[in-house]
Amino acid sequence: MVKKISKIPFEGTPEQAQQLGAVIAQYKHDPSQLMTVMQKAQVIYGYLPYEVQVMIADGMDLPLERVYGVSTFYAQFALSPAGKYSISVCLGTACYVKGAQGILDRITELLGIAPGGCTEDGLFSLDACRCIGACGLAPVMMINDEVYGNLAPDQVAPILEKYRKTA
Amino acid sequence: MATAETVKMINLKINGFPVSAPAGSTILEAARSIGIEIPTLCYLKEINEIGACRICMVEVKGARSLVTACVFPVAENMEVFTNTEKVRRSRKLTLELILSTHDKNCLSCVRSGTCELQQLCKEFGVDDPDYYAGGNVHYAFDDSAAHMVRDNNKCILCRRCVAACDMQCISVIGANARGFDTHISSAFDKDLADVSCISCGQCIVNCPTGAIVEKDESAAVLKAINDPTKFTVVHTAPSIRVTLGEAFGYKIGTNVQGQMVAALRRLGFDKVFDTDFGADLTIMEEAHEFLDRVQNGGVLPMITSCSPGWVKYCEHYYPDLLPHLSTCKSPQQMQGAIIKTYYAQKLNLDPKDIFVVGIMPCTAKKFENKRDDQHAVDDLPDVDVSLTTRELARMIDSAGVYFRDLPEEEFDNPLADGTGAAVIFGATGGVMEAALRTAVETLTGEALQNLDFQEVRGTEGIKEASYNVAGMEVKVAVASGTKNAKILMDKLARGEADYHFIEIMGCPGGCVNGGGQPIQHAVVRNFHDLRAMRAASLYDADRNLPVRKSHESPAMKLIYKDFLGEPGSHLAHELLHTSYVARPKYK
Repeated sequence: MVKKISKIPFEGTPEQAQQLGAVIAQYKHDPSQLMTVMQKAQVIYGYLPYEVQVMIADGMDLPLERVYGVSTFYAQFALSPAGKYSISVCLGTACYVKGAQGILDRITELLGIAPGGCTEDGLFSLDACRCIGACGLAPVMMINDEVYGNLAPDQVAPILEKYRKTA
Repeated sequence: MATAETVKMINLKINGFPVSAPAGSTILEAARSIGIEIPTLCYLKEINEIGACRICMVEVKGARSLVTACVFPVAENMEVFTNTEKVRRSRKLTLELILSTHDKNCLSCVRSGTCELQQLCKEFGVDDPDYYAGGNVHYAFDDSAAHMVRDNNKCILCRRCVAACDMQCISVIGANARGFDTHISSAFDKDLADVSCISCGQCIVNCPTGAIVEKDESAAVLKAINDPTKFTVVHTAPSIRVTLGEAFGYKIGTNVQGQMVAALRRLGFDKVFDTDFGADLTIMEEAHEFLDRVQNGGVLPMITSCSPGWVKYCEHYYPDLLPHLSTCKSPQQMQGAIIKTYYAQKLNLDPKDIFVVGIMPCTAKKFENKRDDQHAVDDLPDVDVSLTTRELARMIDSAGVYFRDLPEEEFDNPLADGTGAAVIFGATGGVMEAALRTAVETLTGEALQNLDFQEVRGTEGIKEASYNVAGMEVKVAVASGTKNAKILMDKLARGEADYHFIEIMGCPGGCVNGGGQPIQHAVVRNFHDLRAMRAASLYDADRNLPVRKSHESPAMKLIYKDFLGEPGSHLAHELLHTSYVARPKYK
């Protein structure tokens, strides 16, 4: 899947830059530690936008394309920030046969973002995930730590509305 | 070097024939040694040995499945079969699968006829290119760069371009995303014009298909030729004469200078000049600049600036070291500048009506002639269009000129009569040798006994030499390929390089192996040293020329007497020198 690159302006703090600087200083002599640095950078920033990848590439003395290639290959790296409410729709086998794709499509339609994306107001981000271990409730989605099971596409809009109201 | 005694030989059989190959050889190499060619797509010797494309599959007796010959090492008593029904079926299947996502627009593809995929499909009888037709991702062209176009719809993901870019230590393209969405692009899928691509074109000459091609500018040239108000002048770089023939089936390294001139006349150019004139002029100016820097405490080492890929590399990656670059324009640009000034005056032509075309071994020249620091006359470009050897070959073909039957003709005067010093500009070390011939004679005031500076010849990536000239120890270095340039530049940045003069060419081996040269399939590139074969022909030409030193060229004597005055004169600086800018790595 092609990852969605966020258009939300990057807002890094000097503290975050300092933390990433310390990580890079620790690993910059070993290019094979690129993924370690990227993982730690994602913990610091929540995702790996252009500005952070440039810091990593320059700091590790590696081509930016190398960093980007790794970030788009592994599912664990995000190029979009997580929204205030992070939605993840299970596309595991059980959920899929019970119609999870329809749930995902409905959310995409309602929010105007593809999996991997984040709404421009930063409220919702959307991801597809594999089996969260609640097959008995299929199809299932999670919003932050809340689990919603036995879903039908028409139930999606009211649930999202509930979050929008509390935001 | 290992001797026969120290290398263990492995005995095996390929297609029933006994073979003895050094331990560590691959099946591909062992087969090649007895004249069996195993097809490859992704394999590039030493730079892309990834066994990814699965075209080179062969059968090994006792093995569970077919193996990739390009990376599988030979073993004692191994029995290999390269042409069984099973092998052929596997290769055909692989080709059909590649075709399932390939834009099969072969009729108008610029690589039709030189495409490795097309050739293999023919060889393995792929009769239904849509056998596995299915959903496809459609990619937009990237034609943002001055020199090339990337079309991922024709990409087969062999990663040879990525390996070439890594070999140059540029790495602005790579494989991004994964699975079906895997595609070759720059970081954050930026346009090539917005990253630090140096325009060397090594990705183009290594691409097996039409996914990466030079930006074809021949239409603009034809338009000018057919415009009665334009006076069209063409000039050809030193290396073109020893590479153009390959596009017409000549042996690698054949010198076709006479036919090339004849072909250019038949294309309709009003004058056909030799960029060797510009190369000699470069030496006159560069040798003068070098001596001036040595005698007046200028920035040393001085580094050559003929290779626009190298210049762009320095601007992106070592902007702090730009003062080391010679301010001389490249031969292409000097030639253009002289045509639009001196020659225009001589013919009483308005420079606006002169259309100058450079035939270059190089895609970076397409970037160079559009730089905004290359205007000898007002805002006119010194060179209007820069074509690669490949574009010229296609123009000759499409004009119905039968190259092999052409008579040998001479370049037009007066901007011709290149010396031996100029013709070797096309090979790594050539500019250094040419400059030394002039600088040494100028410093000592004596004629050189031996004009061959062997120490700076050859295809090694970095060469160093030291010469005692009039009591002064002159230390020089030569690098080709930006990977080797990087080694020298890092040394220089650390203050560990005590050279006086450095020659750098952006492509490995120099212009003879430039990104604009005729396509040779990987099977040829992997087993022949194109760089050495083409360069040898240039050194032959040098040996046979009556004048082998730039400063003894009658054409040089004339232009300085008639027009420029002295090397490094005010006018020479105005017309033949330039400046550089620091460029960011990412935009």
